[in-house]
Amino acid sequence: MIAELGLATLWLAAALALLQLIAGALALTARGTGFVGVVRPSAVVQGGLALLSFLALIMVFVQTDLSVKLVAANSPSAKPLMYKIAGAWANHEGSMLLWVTVMGLAGGFVALVEKRLPERTMLATLAGQAFVSLGFYAFLLFASNPFERLNPVPVEGQGLNPLLQDPGLAFHPPTLYLGYVGLSIAFSFAIGALVTREVGPAFARAMRPWVLGAWIFLTLGITAGSYWAYYELGWGGWWFWDPVENASLMPWLAATALLHSCSVLAARNALRAWTVMLGVVAFSMSMVGTFLVRSGILTSVHAFAVDPQRGTFILALLAIYIGGALTLFALRAGTVTEGERFAVTSRESARVANNVMLTGSLGIILLGTLYPLFTEAFGEKVSVGPPYFNPMTAIFVVPMLAVLAIGPLLRWRRDSFGRVRAILLIPAALLVICGVIAVVLAPGKVLPIIGLALAPALAVASILPLRGRDLRRVKLPVWGMVMAHFGVAVSLFGMASDSAFTTERLVAVRVGETTEVGPWQIRLARIEPVAGPNWTALEAVLEARYKGAAPVFTHPQSRTFWAPVQNTAESALLTRWNGQLYTVLGEQAAGDRWQLRLWWKPFVPMIWLGGVLIALGGLLALLGRVASDVKRLVARDKIAYRRERQGR
Amino acid sequence: MSSTGPSDTGPLAPARRWTMWLPLALFALFVALVAYGLLWPASKEVPSRFVGQALPEFDLPPAAAGRPGLKRSDLADGKPRLLNVFASWCIPCAVESPQLARLAAAGIEIDGVAVRDRKADLAGFLERNGNPYRRIGADDRSIVQVGIGSSGVPETYLIDGRGVIRYQHIGEIRPEHIPLLLDKLKEAGL
Repeated sequence: MIAELGLATLWLAAALALLQLIAGALALTARGTGFVGVVRPSAVVQGGLALLSFLALIMVFVQTDLSVKLVAANSPSAKPLMYKIAGAWANHEGSMLLWVTVMGLAGGFVALVEKRLPERTMLATLAGQAFVSLGFYAFLLFASNPFERLNPVPVEGQGLNPLLQDPGLAFHPPTLYLGYVGLSIAFSFAIGALVTREVGPAFARAMRPWVLGAWIFLTLGITAGSYWAYYELGWGGWWFWDPVENASLMPWLAATALLHSCSVLAARNALRAWTVMLGVVAFSMSMVGTFLVRSGILTSVHAFAVDPQRGTFILALLAIYIGGALTLFALRAGTVTEGERFAVTSRESARVANNVMLTGSLGIILLGTLYPLFTEAFGEKVSVGPPYFNPMTAIFVVPMLAVLAIGPLLRWRRDSFGRVRAILLIPAALLVICGVIAVVLAPGKVLPIIGLALAPALAVASILPLRGRDLRRVKLPVWGMVMAHFGVAVSLFGMASDSAFTTERLVAVRVGETTEVGPWQIRLARIEPVAGPNWTALEAVLEARYKGAAPVFTHPQSRTFWAPVQNTAESALLTRWNGQLYTVLGEQAAGDRWQLRLWWKPFVPMIWLGGVLIALGGLLALLGRVASDVKRLVARDKIAYRRERQGR
Repeated sequence: MSSTGPSDTGPLAPARRWTMWLPLALFALFVALVAYGLLWPASKEVPSRFVGQALPEFDLPPAAAGRPGLKRSDLADGKPRLLNVFASWCIPCAVESPQLARLAAAGIEIDGVAVRDRKADLAGFLERNGNPYRRIGADDRSIVQVGIGSSGVPETYLIDGRGVIRYQHIGEIRPEHIPLLLDKLKEAGL
């Protein structure tokens, strides 16, 4: 019953999206003014209905209604509640429903609160949002119905991939989706502005909070995903340049570029066409990423629900939406009048450089991700990995980090290097000193040395914009920028330190024996069986001493899930201020020996700490922007109210 | 991506309007490449190493009441047949059962290998979904499954009259797969 209700509300939501599109398009014509009042309410109701449908799916998962095919395929009865709920989106159909739900809610939210843009642009934006949503509704209803029933009803569900049964999973995909799909708002804004040719500071100011919001979620999602892969896959790595990881990184890069160019447009009315294009590109990258992952066209450890037919469907959607938007861009961008001019040495130029570097690294990553497809067309199978991605992205990222240090110190419009040269001496000196130390400590490792040299200099440079200011009067967005840039430095240091200083050991030890990794002595105290709600495990109790200090215990496990049957290695982490001890229990080796894989990773948690700082910076900026928007609205209402009273 | 460097006129001035078409051109290239990859998935189907090889020697005990067990010599009696690797705990196996029933009704001989199954569960499964099998061997430790290169359930093998694997079908048999299987059976000399 609930499944049918969910399907019905989904159809209704799709119908409202159609209404929103038609009413929006008609309202833009000369005779269609009667439809103006329909657009915003239908956007709000559409969002609400999509949410209801998604809640219905969660309900069938919580009840473990095995007559629903999706539940049977993804949820056994014996599974903790949290994973039952998470099961709703840990599969193709459910995640696509989450996708349209977020799109609907975002559209509804824009319709409710956004009052700054000219009404015509708003109508075009909402019609655009509905147009994109419709494609995904069609995809759900015709090619991936999440509420499909199963006959006969199985006695037991198949269960969720054990790798995904982890608290990280409960939050990672929805967070990432809020980011991916939140960018659809920027896409629709760009379409709306192209249709009405209203590209200017007001457009940028209206778009900025949405881009910021989506970007915060993307940042958190990528950070969480990377940490999840790090501790759950048990390989000790935190980024694998896997197509799915790249699919999340590419929209992030585009959104980061968009964020920076958006501010130029808002403050200086420059970079108009470029900003509009980035608005289109950012969400396009979300869709391209989804396509690459779902169509099975690229092989990936993450790929689930791979189906070429679905691939064709999504490709058709891509061709319509991205192709359409880029055609509109080509036709209209030339008529979007040129923006304000600026000198070569100016904050605008720094932002342009940042944008070029970000788009460049995006291009490099896209190329690397697609390259296997390209060679396959000529009958050769290749796999593109870190040897390509690391140096190629560094080509763009290293200059970008230099710009990151200098750019915020420059003034808008026109500046001279002479003015900032003196201040930049501090980070420059730090760069040289750290570079020398890094060469001594990690000889021959080029990229880690660059990272170790750059990170402290960047950390200092990122705080420099605050110098000589009354800190109580510094605005929130500036704090946000400082914190985000500082986070980049922190994260960079963690990455460089991990690749420069990690020590790894693979040993086979008997119970009672001691081994060493880096500064740690580790004794295998005992091996004991443990049982969880839907798994059993062998757990190693390791007694770890840091440089002979008092022992700390850590418990890596080798788990066996029974629905579906699968073994996973549950790594155990010991975190100190200066790094992490990472332990994995492997197979039982010959005799009574046990395989242990041990890593000592100095400063590795800084990678994710940096990611969180970046997201927090975004949050501060968002709060600042929203607060000043609200203040402006209140002030305007007061004036209007006063005028009204005087008029009377 | 059209990338424009810093300049005094600001990027993307109207004078360079052709650059506005650049993103679309790049995107068209992407679509062409990907469409090619989707429509001609040349190397996606990795043909099993086991196709063309003779079945390994095995002798499985009966898995269900009323059906004999399965050994290699049963599968080399001169007649091509299907060997279905399945289990009662596998949901796609239930999904493919109407197709197996249709094949059996068309006179195709189907033998089964029940992987890591319990007798009671299997009996229930056969009662619910029908029993198209002539013989069912109990492969409690996945030995035959691994031996013939099957990585999951369900999988269906076409075995020719001499006990050589001619074709491997991975995943459930859907209605649209039946003509293909019948063709392959004909090729194998049915």
